[in-house]
Parts: sequence; C-alpha cells; structure tokens
Amino acid sequence: MADTTMAYAHIDPHQVRGIDEFGTHAGPASRRIVTGYGFWIFILSDIIMFSAFFATYAVLLGQTAGGPSGRDLFDLRNVAIETAFLLASSFTCGMASIAADMRNKTWFQVAMAVTCLFGLAFLTIEAREFASLVARGAGPTRSAFLSAFFSLVGLHGLHVSAGILWLLTMMAQVLAKGFRADIQRRILCFALFWHALDIIWIAVFTVVYLIGSAQ
Amino acid sequence: MLGKLDWSAIPFDQPIPMITSGVVALVILGVLAWVVLAGHLPYLWREWITSVDHKRIGVMYMTLALVMLLRGFSDAIMMRGQQAIAFHSQGYLPPEHFNQIFSAHGTIMIFFVAMPFVIGLMNLVVPLQLGVRDVAFPTLNSVGFWLTATGALLVNMSLVIGEFARTGWLPYPPLSELTYSPGVGVDYYLWSLEISGIGTLVAGINLVTTVLKLRTRGMSYLRMPMFCWTTLASNLLIVTAFPILTATLAMLILDRYFGFHFFSNEAGGNVMMFMNLIWAWGHPEVYILILPAFGVFSEVVATFSGKPLFGYRSMVLATMAICVISFMVWLHHFFTMGAGPNVNAIFGIASMIIAVPTGVKIYNWLFTMYGGRIRFTSPMLWSIGFMVTFILGGLTGVLVAVPPADFLLHNSLFLVAHFHNVIIGGVLFGAFAGYTYWFPKAFGFRLHEGLGKAAFWFWLIGFYVAFMPLYAVGLLGMTRRMQHYDIPEWRPWLIAAAFGAVLILIGIGFQIAQLVVSIRRREELRDRTGDPWQGRSLEWATASPPPVFNFAIMPDVRGGDAYWEIKSRARQQDIEKQEPDYEDIEMPRNSPTGFVCAFFATVMGFALIWHIWWMVAAGFVGAFATFVVFAWRDHDEYVIPAAEVARIDRANLAERRALAGAAGSA
Repeated sequence: MADTTMAYAHIDPHQVRGIDEFGTHAGPASRRIVTGYGFWIFILSDIIMFSAFFATYAVLLGQTAGGPSGRDLFDLRNVAIETAFLLASSFTCGMASIAADMRNKTWFQVAMAVTCLFGLAFLTIEAREFASLVARGAGPTRSAFLSAFFSLVGLHGLHVSAGILWLLTMMAQVLAKGFRADIQRRILCFALFWHALDIIWIAVFTVVYLIGSAQ
Repeated sequence: MLGKLDWSAIPFDQPIPMITSGVVALVILGVLAWVVLAGHLPYLWREWITSVDHKRIGVMYMTLALVMLLRGFSDAIMMRGQQAIAFHSQGYLPPEHFNQIFSAHGTIMIFFVAMPFVIGLMNLVVPLQLGVRDVAFPTLNSVGFWLTATGALLVNMSLVIGEFARTGWLPYPPLSELTYSPGVGVDYYLWSLEISGIGTLVAGINLVTTVLKLRTRGMSYLRMPMFCWTTLASNLLIVTAFPILTATLAMLILDRYFGFHFFSNEAGGNVMMFMNLIWAWGHPEVYILILPAFGVFSEVVATFSGKPLFGYRSMVLATMAICVISFMVWLHHFFTMGAGPNVNAIFGIASMIIAVPTGVKIYNWLFTMYGGRIRFTSPMLWSIGFMVTFILGGLTGVLVAVPPADFLLHNSLFLVAHFHNVIIGGVLFGAFAGYTYWFPKAFGFRLHEGLGKAAFWFWLIGFYVAFMPLYAVGLLGMTRRMQHYDIPEWRPWLIAAAFGAVLILIGIGFQIAQLVVSIRRREELRDRTGDPWQGRSLEWATASPPPVFNFAIMPDVRGGDAYWEIKSRARQQDIEKQEPDYEDIEMPRNSPTGFVCAFFATVMGFALIWHIWWMVAAGFVGAFATFVVFAWRDHDEYVIPAAEVARIDRANLAERRALAGAAGSA
C-alpha cells in the first residue's frame, strides 16, 4: 500500500513540490501553471466580492418593509429548471475543455455552442423572473430585502453574461487561430470561470432561494 | 445629450479652485508642449506609456504617488491654515469647500499616494529580489497602473468640473445618499475608486502570483528577502479585502443611481451595514499599506547595519500573523455603534493582540542594529525616525483600542493625530526610505545625501510639531473636520499645528531640490557597480539600472541573503569567474492595451458621473474592443539574442571588476 502511494506521488502532477526536497526550489513555474494559478486567485477574490453580497442579503433578509417576502415571491420549480440549465452548461463546458485538450476543433465548437445556449436559457429564465417580480410591484426599490435579492442574483447574472461574451470570443479565437498555447491557457481560464459561476450559483440557490423562501 | 453636465458645473465664482486648476492646467499644457516640441513623445510612448517592464511600471506608480502627494499636501496645509485662523470667524474657506478639501485630502493620500507608492516599490523591487526576469502578468500590470491613474485623474477633474464629495474619505451613509448629497461629488468619489480599485486588484493578483510561482532556482520561501514576504502578505490582503470595497461602493452606487435600499433610512436599509462592510476592507487596508513599509525597513536596517536581519523566521511569522489578524479587528472603528460590551471587548482585545507581532518586529530591527556597523545614511535615518514615531503611534493606537477610552476619543482630533502618527511615521517614512534606497537601482545614480538628510529632519520635526498638538486638542474635546470653532483653549495648539505643516512643506521643498540637484549632478552620483550600499539581496547583483531582462543568467540561490552569500563565496574562493553560457532571452513586447483601456475607463467613469448614457455605452464597447484586439495579437514576445545579452552583461562585469580592483589596490 505504502509502495503504491509513493509510486503515485511520483507521477502525480499535482503533488506539491519543494516540501519533500526542501531548499532546492526548482525555479519559476511554467506559463500554464502561472496563468492558471493567477486566475484561481482572481476567482477567489471574485468569490469574496460575492460573499459581501451574501452577507448583505443575510442581514437584509427580514427587512421587507411590509412588502412581499421570499415565501410570497420565489417559484422553486422555476429555479430548479434554471439550475438544471446552468449545471448542464458546466458539463458541456467540461466537454469543450476535453475537446480542446484533444485539439478537436469541431467538438470544441459544438460543446461551446451548447454551453452558450444553456447559458442563454439560464439568463432568459432569470430575466423573466426579474420582469415578473417588477411587474408585480416587487422591484428592487420596494424594500431592502428586494434590493439585496436583485443585486446578488443580478451580479451572478452579470457574471454569466460576461462569461458568454468571453465564450463567444474564445470560439472566434479558436476558429481563427486554432489551439495555440496561449489560447489553450485562455480556454483553461474560461473553464475555471464558468465552473466557479456554478459553485456560486449553488450558494445562491441555497441561501437566496431555499432559505429565503422559508422566510 | 450631456446628462447633468452644463456650464454651471464649472465653479467660476470660486477663486481658489479656479486659480488652482488654472495653474495646474498651465503646468500640464507646458509639460505637454515641451514633450511634443522637444520630440520626446515617441520616446515616452515607446519606453514608458506602453512599457510592460515591471521596473518602468514601478517608477510610474511612484511618480504618480509623488505628484499626488503635492496635491494631498496642498489640501492639508489649507486645512491647517483654516483651523489656525477660523476662531470666532469663518476663516477663508467656506464650509462646503472645506468639506470637499478634507474629503479629497484623505481620499488622495490613501488611494493615490500611499497605495501607488507601495505598489510601485513592490513592482520595482520584488522580481529583482526573487531573481527573475519579469512579473507573472506584465501586460495586466500595465493595465493596473493605468486604471489607478484613471482614478487619480477623475478625482482631480472634480476640482474644475463639478465638485468633490463632502462626506469624508469614507462616504458614510445616510449623508452620502442622494437625499443628502444630491451633487456629483460622491459620484466622483465612487467611480474613481471603483476604477482604481480594479487596478489595485490586478496589481495584487499579479504580485501574489509572482511571489508564489516565479522565484529563481533555489529561492525557497524561507530564503526570500523580508520585503518579498511583506509583499506577499500585503498583496494577499489586497486580493481578499479590495473586493469588499468594490462590493460596498457598488451597493452605494445602486442606492444613489437606482433608488435601492441598502443603506437608506427607509424601507429597511441598514446604515451600520455600510460601516461594517467598509471597515472589513478598511482595516486590512492599513496593513496593506504598512506591511510593505515594514519590509523596506527590514532591508534598509539589515543593509546599513552590515548584519543579517535578526530573527528572520519570527519576522516572517509576525508578518503572516498580522495578515490574518488584520481581518478580525474592524469593529474597533465604531465601538460607539453600540454592539454591546461583549462584542466591543472581543474586538478591543483583538486590536491589542495585533500590536504584539508589530512589537516583535520593532525588537527585531533593534537587535539587527545591536552590535552592527551602522552607517547613518538617509534611508537609515528614515528607518530610525520611523521606529521612534511608530512606537508612539502604536501606543496611542492601543489606547483607542480600549472601548471605554474610545467612547471619549471617537472622532476627535486625538484619533486624527493617531492615524497620521502611524501613516506618516510608518507608511510615508517607509516609502521615502525605500525611494532613497532603491533610487540608484532604478536610475543608475544616487540621490544627494545632504539634501535628503535635511528633508528628513524637517519632515520629522514638522511631523511632531504638526501632530502632537492635535493629540492635546483632541483630549481637550475638539472633534475632527471642524470648519470653525469658538473655544479659545484650542487655538494655540492649532496655530502650532499649522506651523508644523509649514516645516513639512520645507521638507517637501528639500525633497524636490534633492531630486533636481541629483539629476543635474548624476555623473558624480553615478552607481557603476550596481551595488552602491553593499547590499544583501539579489537586486544588487545586477547593473543599475538593470537591463530589461534583469539578469543575464538567472541566479542560483544557495542560502538566505542571497547576494551577500554570492559575494563572500567569490571572495573566499578568489576565483576569476569563467564566462557563463549566454542564451537568447524572450521578453514580452510592449503594449498600449493598458493606456487605451484606461482611456476608455476614464470616458466611461466621467460619463457615469454625469449620467451621459450614450458615452457610457461607447466607453464599454471601446474597452471590450481593446481586449479583443489585444487577444488577437500573434506575437507577444520578442527575442534578445545571446550576443546582445553577453555584450550588456560583460560591460557590467567589467565595470564591477575595475572598481573592485581599484578598491583592492587602494
């Protein structure tokens, strides 16, 4: 057992270097590692920005100013469909990453196009939800609770919109230039971004919709 | 067509802003005319504006900081003048103008002096100390700088077009809400900080990645110079704290622009949530500023004491402890909120605990000096002045960390004296020490020592004369931000403080003179070896100024104090170094992306402030197009051939040998 673990450690590219061979730091990391690492740090900072909005939502959840609360407004069936689209888009985004690794242009474009469509479906459902709330007099200016709700969910929606712009740019780049090393790194970052939006959405679904509809 | 903007935005009836901005406009036009007529524009564009070289970007950050220091100091001396004369009278500044001045002073000094100064130093030095050729993201680095410059530009535009915020350096609601601040002042504040905040975040991501992922061979974590550690801690704080600022200001923007209710008085908004959020960023922010200064002092004290830094590992531990604890003390900025004795006690104790690692650092610097062969150069003077001053500021800090005491001192001039004591005595002295210490590395010649020492003494004495009276007058009950007053006991102290500000002005005059004289006498101040101070870390192992690729051969580090170790090894073995094998070096190509992005960000920020919606859309499209064009580049690197690398390196080595030989025969 110990032998297999040791053997695995040697071939595992994620094994932390430098700890077992302390003091013999091997030098600067490769471009791919540096880019991916920096982008991870960006994602962490982005998650902290979201956490400020989550905290605000938690503080303002009960501040409905006599207006409607989450129980009156949220349609969980709708949100479940929305969630299904976003999670499915993450799966197809993963397929696009595999296609990029295999350097298969056709499958990459197909998977990215499907990701884009799922993302657009998610945004459409969100926009319809927002529009119906505003039409029922439950817009963001109605109460502090609704301000926090629209901002947090809307911020996530903005991220998805930006992600779609980026996605289309990446499709165009691969079409025009193929899988160059720098474009591969950008695909890696885009995939990280898109999956991170899923993680945040899980928190939105739980904190905003599930806990919110209990209020 | 132009939103809220019309001719009434220009304050024709107010002489002070009109004359000031007239003079500033003349100076800018003069400089621009000189640059264009003397044919420097292509050089500036090629070598600086589009540069992605971390050293150039660092220098530009510091230039921005020094220019903004003049603006922020003008505000300061105007306020001191006003309070010296506004006894039983209105003074010479009307309230709405005075309020803009203290708001602009704080905003500019923190965001556009202290921040760019420390980020500039880190950019200039850290890759050199790590022994690498570049930062992790050179082009993004340029984008970050230019976005910071955009923020500074917007703040200064408010001088002529419209007004600046009258809400203090942190726009507390409900005063900053649209109901009570209907003008564009708060909007100037919000958009300039949102834009420059993105720039700071980019710089933070870049430097964290650089320290963690780009180190030369053998440069393990515990061999890094102390400045790299404090850079790491400070930038980790940037990455974790600045998003909170962005989010909080975005909420205030939503309140002001779309009638949301985050911080409003009605419909369930919560004013105290703003205080909590802004200080959850704001307290880490003060450590973002001070940690790099601690790093500078660690380098300076070790170098000029001729000893390795005492207690290196405890210093690392103290730095990282501060990094973590700084997120647990924010509530001490508003003990008076009324969170209850238990909550206040916890935050009071946390605030005292964070003083412990800082104390550890002070002892480490003292023990580094103990038994050392100390050279009292001007960076060393700034460091010693810092130690004395900062201990005092730290002690008054511990005092206001006691909640009952804070209830008396809250919002008084005692508090103002305390934070100037730590920010001037800590951050600014550190920035000046670093500026003097690394100036020869950046430009190839030293700064004039005599004028530097004169500047130090005027700053030091001026600081004490300006701020010790504020402690006293704070204890006498004077609150901050008073446009006029009628208590006779306060007046002598305020006159003394104004005199102190004049002493500091003389100090700044000496600094300007120092720069001018040093440039004129640069041949006699030239640093030919690249190691003017007998340094210990790798930035001194290369020429001054370093070639664009920093190191012809990436250094191989075998221990702490890497360059000292290399030097002593060379001396012991007394070997003539054999010629290394030079190789081609790939460097990133220059790019106007940062500058163009900042142009569109300025357009967009200005349009948002004045509600010119078509211009907002145009700015957004322009910025996105810039990114796409940048992403479409096919060649983002160029190659410096091995022969060229060899020629540059041999020239530097020859100079070093010649000087070492001359020293040996003398």
